[in-house]
Amino acid sequence: MSSQKKFGLSTPYLLLLPGMGFLFTFFILPIINLAQTSTQTPVAGGDTGQYEQTLRFQNYIDAFVENKEQFGRSFVYAILATALALAIAYPLAYAIAFKSGKLKNLLLVLVVAPFFTSFLLRTIAWKQILGEQGFVVPTLRSLHLISESTTLTSSAFAVVAGMTYNFLPFMTLPLYASIDRIDPRTLEASGDLYANGFTTFRKVTFPLSLPGVVAGTLLTFIPAAGDYVNAAILGSPQTKMIGNVIDSRFFKIVDYPTASALSFTLMAAILILVTIYIRKAGTEELV
Amino acid sequence: MADVSTSTRGDLRLTHLTKSYGDFNAVNDLSLTIPEGSFFALLGPSGCGKTTTLRMIAGLEEPTQGSISLGTTDITYTKPYQRPINTVFQNYALFPHLTIFENIAFGLRRRGIKDVDDAVNKALALVELPHLAQRKPTQLSGGQQQRIALARAIVNRPALLLLDEPLGALDLKLRRQMQIELKWIQKEVGITFVHVTHDQEEAMTMADTIAVMNEGEIEQMGSPADLYDNPKTAFVANFLGQSNLIKGTVTGNDGANQIVDLYGQKISLQKDRSHGVDSAIYAGIRPEKFRISRLQTATSGNILTGGKVEDVSYIGVSTQYQVMMPWGQELMVFEQNDDGVAPFSVGESVNISWEPIFTFGLRGDEDAEAGTEVNPEEDLDE
Repeated sequence: MSSQKKFGLSTPYLLLLPGMGFLFTFFILPIINLAQTSTQTPVAGGDTGQYEQTLRFQNYIDAFVENKEQFGRSFVYAILATALALAIAYPLAYAIAFKSGKLKNLLLVLVVAPFFTSFLLRTIAWKQILGEQGFVVPTLRSLHLISESTTLTSSAFAVVAGMTYNFLPFMTLPLYASIDRIDPRTLEASGDLYANGFTTFRKVTFPLSLPGVVAGTLLTFIPAAGDYVNAAILGSPQTKMIGNVIDSRFFKIVDYPTASALSFTLMAAILILVTIYIRKAGTEELV
Repeated sequence: MADVSTSTRGDLRLTHLTKSYGDFNAVNDLSLTIPEGSFFALLGPSGCGKTTTLRMIAGLEEPTQGSISLGTTDITYTKPYQRPINTVFQNYALFPHLTIFENIAFGLRRRGIKDVDDAVNKALALVELPHLAQRKPTQLSGGQQQRIALARAIVNRPALLLLDEPLGALDLKLRRQMQIELKWIQKEVGITFVHVTHDQEEAMTMADTIAVMNEGEIEQMGSPADLYDNPKTAFVANFLGQSNLIKGTVTGNDGANQIVDLYGQKISLQKDRSHGVDSAIYAGIRPEKFRISRLQTATSGNILTGGKVEDVSYIGVSTQYQVMMPWGQELMVFEQNDDGVAPFSVGESVNISWEPIFTFGLRGDEDAEAGTEVNPEEDLDE
C-alpha cells in the first residue's frame, strides 16, 4: 500500500515528461517554425535569406510543380530499394531464424555490424565498389552483361543499390523477429496436410511473417523516400531526389519557403501512402 | 498434389526400422504390423523412441535403416505431403492466422477439392463444435483446440491417423472424457489410429493393441488385458500398473504348472505364464490379486505366511496395504472394501494368498525395478 502512496496517479505523467519535453522542443516547435516559413515570401528589396510572412500558399503549388520529377523519382527509387531489400532480407531472415542453429546470434550481430561504421563512409565505399577500379564493372564486362562504355557510378542503379544496402538491416531485423516467432510445428502440420514446400511458404510461413514484412518495408521505405545521401554520393544531376532538392534549397540557395513547402509535401505524401499500405496489409487481422 | 494416393489403404508395416543420431539409436531395429482399422498405441516413457517412430511414419523424419509400407506401397522416403497420413500434433499446431473453418479445410484445399463446406461442417459436427467455425485458434480453450486438431486431420479421411500425446496438455477430467470420445470417433470413422503416449491408463482405455516401447525397442505387444495379466518383462510388469516381483527358484513341475520356491515357501505358476529361461525366476503378482487374511492355510491356491502389516491406506474403493514379508521385502496388497470387514491394522500378523493363474514368471536375472523409476507425469515433451 505504501508503494501506492509513493507512486501516485501523477507518476505516469512524470515518467512521460522528459520524452514529451524532448519531442516538443525538437519536433513540435521546429515543425511549427517550418510551417510558418513555408508560406513566407522574400522581403522586397531585402538581403538574400530575408523573408516575411505573407501566407502565400501558392508556394506549395510552385514548389511541387517545379520539382515533381524529383518527387516521382524519390518514390520510384524508394519503392525499388524497398522491394530489393525485401527480396534480399527475407531469405536471410528466414535462414537466420530457422536454419542457423548455433550461429544465430553471430549472424544477427553481423546484420547490424555495418552500423559500427559511419553511414557516409559506407556509402562512399559503394562508389569504389561500383567504380572502374572495382571488381564489379570488369566482371560484368567480361561476362558481356554490360557494354564496354557502360559505367555504374553516377547512375540510378548506383543510387538504388546504395539505398538497398544502407536500409537492409532495417528490413532484416523486423522480418527476423517475425519469422523467428513462427512455431515450426505449424510448418510440419502444413506438410502433413498435403502442402508442399512452396505452398507451405505461401499459405503459412508468409502470412505469419506479414507483421515483419509490414514493419520492415515501412522502416525502409520511409527513410528511403526522404534520403539524399545516396543520391548525392552515388548519383548524378539526373538522379536527384527530393531530399537533394530540399538540401540545396535550404543550404545553397537559401530559399527557405520552398524548402519548407517541399518538406511538408513529402511528409504528407509519405503519410498518405503508408496509411493506404497499412490498411491494405490488414495487419490487425494477424496474431 | 495429384500424387496423394488416398486410395492407398491397408496394414501399416514397419520393417527393421532404425533411427540413429550419431552413436545413439533412438529407434532400434523395430518391426511391427498395425492392422487396418485398429486403434494402436505406442506406449513408453520419455525418450523411448515412440515419438521418433511416429515422426518417421508421418514422414517428418527419415529412417536411418529399414522401411515403412502402407498396404503394398512402400512409403519410407515419400514426402509427408504425399502420404495419406495425417497427424494430431502434441501442441495441436493449428494455423493461428486462419479461422477454425479454414484450418479444417486446409488439407482438402491442398488436394484441390473446391467444395469443402460439407466436409468441414461434418467434421465440426463430429467434434461437436460447429459454432466455432469463424473463430481464430487463439480464441479457443485447450480442449477445443484439441478437437479442432482432430477434426482438421480426420476431415481428410486418411488411411492412417497419428496422434502424438494428443491429450497431454489437458487436465485430468477433460482427458478422461476425450479418451472416450476419441475411441468413439475411431469406431465411427473406421480409420487406423496410431496413438503415442506415456500414459499407460490412456493407452489401456483406448487401444485395441499396445506396443510397449523401451530404449528404442518393443518390449511387448498385445491387448491391454494380455499385457497387464501376462507381462513378459519386468519393465512391462512395472510400467503398466504395479507389480510385486518376488525372487525364487523353480524346483519342479506339476502338470501344466511349475513349482516355485519363494524363500522356503512353495507356490505354483502356470507354465504358459512363465517367461523364465532357467531356474532363477521372479514370481510376479498384481497387488489387487492378493487376498490378505489371518488364516494359516489358503482356502485355495498359493499362500505366503509370516507377513506383518506395515502401512494401511484407506482410499475408499479399496484399502492399500504394505505387508513386510519374513525375507525383508514389502509387498503391495490392494483389497476391495466390499466385505464389510474392518481393515487390518498396522503391526498385525497376516498371510497373503492368491489364485495360481494370476502368477506370472519373469527371468530371474532381470532388473526388478525396471520401469518403476519412470514418472509418467513428467517430461511431456520428449
